[in-house]
Amino acid sequence: MSLELTIAIIVTVVGASTPILIAALGELVVEKSGVLNLGVEGMMLVGAITGFVVAFTTGNHYLAILLAAAAGVATSMIFGFLTLSLSANQTATGLALTIFGTGFSALAGQGYSARPVTLLGPLFPAELATHPIWRVLFGYSALVYFSLAMVFAVWWFLKKSRAGLILRAVGENDLSAHSIGYSVIGVRYAAVAFGGAMAGIAGACFPLLLTPQWAERMTAGRGWIAVALVVFASWKPFRLLAGAYLFGLVMTMELYAKASGGPLSAIPAELWSAMPYLATVVVLVLISIRRDASTNAPACLGRPFLPSN
Amino acid sequence: MTLNRRSMLKAGVAAATLPLLGSKAFAQSEPLKVGFMLIGTVNDNGWNFGHAQGAKFMKEQLGDLVAEPTIVENVPEGPDCERVLRELAQSGHKLIFATSFGYGDYVIKVAEQFPDVTFEHATGYQRSANVATYNARFHEGRAVCGTIAGHMSQTGKAGYIGSFPIPEVVMGINAFVLAARKVNPDFTITPVYISTWNDPAKEADAARAMIDQGIDIIAQHTDGPAALQVAEERGIVGGFGQGADMSAFAPNAQLTSIIDHWGPHYVNSAQAVIDGTWETGDRWPGLKEGEVQIGPYGPKVPEDVVAAAEAVKNGQIDGSFNIFTGPINDHTGAEKVPAGVTLTDAELLSMDWYVEGVIPPA
Repeated sequence: MSLELTIAIIVTVVGASTPILIAALGELVVEKSGVLNLGVEGMMLVGAITGFVVAFTTGNHYLAILLAAAAGVATSMIFGFLTLSLSANQTATGLALTIFGTGFSALAGQGYSARPVTLLGPLFPAELATHPIWRVLFGYSALVYFSLAMVFAVWWFLKKSRAGLILRAVGENDLSAHSIGYSVIGVRYAAVAFGGAMAGIAGACFPLLLTPQWAERMTAGRGWIAVALVVFASWKPFRLLAGAYLFGLVMTMELYAKASGGPLSAIPAELWSAMPYLATVVVLVLISIRRDASTNAPACLGRPFLPSN
Repeated sequence: MTLNRRSMLKAGVAAATLPLLGSKAFAQSEPLKVGFMLIGTVNDNGWNFGHAQGAKFMKEQLGDLVAEPTIVENVPEGPDCERVLRELAQSGHKLIFATSFGYGDYVIKVAEQFPDVTFEHATGYQRSANVATYNARFHEGRAVCGTIAGHMSQTGKAGYIGSFPIPEVVMGINAFVLAARKVNPDFTITPVYISTWNDPAKEADAARAMIDQGIDIIAQHTDGPAALQVAEERGIVGGFGQGADMSAFAPNAQLTSIIDHWGPHYVNSAQAVIDGTWETGDRWPGLKEGEVQIGPYGPKVPEDVVAAAEAVKNGQIDGSFNIFTGPINDHTGAEKVPAGVTLTDAELLSMDWYVEGVIPPA
């Protein structure tokens, strides 16, 4: 395989992995606080249509990303209010949020489907990325560097900061955290809002980073891959980074293998598409086999907080 | 007849003097409810958009004879479509169009339970007393695109993004390659199947994967313009709009487009149901009938290539040229269709082999 082709593949893999990574980082923080939000796909779609409409009307990509994040937060607050303030079932509410986001984005996107936007250009000046090797490092848009920076930020926040410790305490034992005076609901609202912002940005990656158009359901299940990825990564940010790129590599190699007509192209497309989920199942099996070791899953994950009980 | 009764009703004569006949007349002249079941969204600028335009055309042409068409979007090719078909039939739709290949088995099943409802299944092959099939000869348009590709490709290699390896898609690939190889005998094509009709990010990545490996023409048989946008971004020779004119997305890269025009067919079928003359069968019109149209040529296409493309188009309209007339070899080089023999419609609709020049997906 030539150097140019290798680099081209890397660039495509990075593009395919970035939205999954951003959305999964948000969901990781949400789940660490003890909340399971299955509405990632819906929040991504709301972010995607918001990002598209803002980029289309103003031409300002950074404003588009910012407002996509805000739209993601707004959508996540529906979930937050129902599950945190009203203690509704998180699984059902999350699924409902995905259905809502899908429908809302389709409605808001009426009339925008025949309109192209431009992709967000590379962050660094083109001179830095002239040689193919430098292109691997400096050839991407700001969204890619943002996703990588956020891996470090989330890791530092959860492992090193006091606020992160409180968030983990809330996710591991909400009653204890409550009894020593922390606002469980407040912390979880903040985590859900962060997850919403990240899902919104992940959605904006579709029209701004991957394919400069609006199409209904254009995230095409990537939100579910992000949810699976959090489990796959055992709630660890750096494992999440590796997992996102692994999933991105699988999704991309399918296409390169088929286009080359080589031996790998014999693998059926359905199997390729199922691979991220199969990998997650395998990891889940491995986790449950080693039951003695810490699974790392937050102990309160998915349980509503009812301090009166 | 129907119109006469309608005007009588409007005058109030029938209703006032002959209540019994009047109510019967009213029942018959109630606007026909027509349902459309789509695999994707009407905003895809491609396949589903084309059917929605056809529905709109039908309503415009038939006016009060038909109710505002019911369009159900995003219906997956699985058990869910059976539910949608049943709901449409139960809510008084007397004519239902199912517009994706994978609906076939379910259409046949539901149609048995609703013998007074007329079903039409696009791109399918299973028929019954109240299920007809219809399609458009898109491969005629593919032959025009292939001709342009053969002339304009510098590498002699094209990529083709397919949804699923069904006869409909295989036929298009074969027509494209046969036409291109009449111009450039070394022309080859690599089909990549992505297992979905609508996943723009995957379509775009498939286009990138093929362009990175040396193709300079791209064609797609999915529902949106994502691949064309990549062609525009990468500055390759170009690609083709599928289902609709996609020049808004790729003003330079779109060399031409195949436009679906389902409207006339929907008008004819609805009129036949209203008149009580509808019969089952298979309708498969193409360029000649105007159900398949070739869009404007892009700015990159030189005059002589336009002329060659027009010749292929006009040859198919007047019947002097058929892309599936032998000699045709299969992908291994063995003769599949002898010289002078033309594949029948049945052979086309069950096409499961690739012509020479296709690098088959294993």
